[in-house]
Amino acid sequence: MADTEQSEAPVELQSRNVIYCGVCTLPPEYCEYGGTVKKCQEWLEKHHPDMYARIWSPEALEAATAALSIDAQKRAAKDAQKKAAKAEAAEQKQANKLASSVVTIKRIERNKKKFVTAVIGLEAFGLDLKKVAKDFGKKFATGSSVTKLPSGGEEIVVQGDVSDELEEFILEKYKDVPEDNIELVDDKKKK
Amino acid sequence: MFKKDLQGAPKQKLKSSAQRALRQSLLATYPLLTPHIEEILPKKGSLESMKLPDRNTLYVLDSVPLFYQNDGSDLLPHLKLVHRFPQAFPSIRIDRGAIRFVLSGATLMAPGLTSAGGRLPVDGGKPLEEGKEMEQGIVEDGRWSRELAKGEPVVIMAEGKEEACAVGTLAAGTDEVKAKGKGPVVEDAHFLGDGLWNLNTA
Repeated sequence: MADTEQSEAPVELQSRNVIYCGVCTLPPEYCEYGGTVKKCQEWLEKHHPDMYARIWSPEALEAATAALSIDAQKRAAKDAQKKAAKAEAAEQKQANKLASSVVTIKRIERNKKKFVTAVIGLEAFGLDLKKVAKDFGKKFATGSSVTKLPSGGEEIVVQGDVSDELEEFILEKYKDVPEDNIELVDDKKKK
Repeated sequence: MFKKDLQGAPKQKLKSSAQRALRQSLLATYPLLTPHIEEILPKKGSLESMKLPDRNTLYVLDSVPLFYQNDGSDLLPHLKLVHRFPQAFPSIRIDRGAIRFVLSGATLMAPGLTSAGGRLPVDGGKPLEEGKEMEQGIVEDGRWSRELAKGEPVVIMAEGKEEACAVGTLAAGTDEVKAKGKGPVVEDAHFLGDGLWNLNTA
């Protein structure tokens, strides 16, 4: 935004450029309320050492706690601990979920020699199914859509038998998905 | 207001007439933004709006969130904009003890402002006069130069911090807060780390 304006007229930019923490996205001085304090501190020390020195210096911390009564300090500390534990638990849970969720690539026979390929379970890896479906369609030059499952949830249906290439493509493009979690299934039409 | 994480909806381009109207109402609400308006809302820029739950609308310019609005009421600045132009919005300051409550979405209560660490506008500040909108600002020690009325948008700063931590509308005028010293002051604020803050606007 700023660049285009500057090229037209030499307007002095008056907006401030605020640095945000790369871990919790808050301005670094508010990291202490985020629950991921340890990680924020490490990030700040690495990326903005000067700011780190200012915010987390012993004097600054002392000044921060001196303003509170001892009782309030205790409460704040307890609160912070609880928050940190909660954030950690959430992270753990997320990791577990990732490890246990399986992506199923299903080849479904539609008509003797014609197939569609269904991909189930990608949403567990935080992917936007609509966008992924578009990418699949582009890659294989076929129709690719998001369909609702009768059991709730959604799957991506790609036209044609692309199960093997699809596996490779997913592994290459979406690095979050571990290879062991991809499962290939062949679904024959029952007569 | 945005305690829960939000799901972004597709963005829609605004008509240039709507954009002009928005610019007008923006300057009417925040006269102090006048010198910076070209930087915030360039005439040529294409502003986009995003619908959010509960009849909220967020205005986005080049993936940078600028303002949000609840069902046609006053425009409120997104905190990222407040951080860019902190001097252009009326502000009050809360004490250190209140920060963690505000950052978890609690209603801001009067004691957080009336205590030693809090800052309310200076006593006996005159109300705004017609044509003199530019003559307001922070005077000594983080105090705003006039009393703020009920329903006015306000930025909430915090003791010992440089950046603002929340934005909301006053549920009670600042003179009333001083007189009573208790009760809610800002309800349903947009605060650091809430759903609106974490919303992906790209």
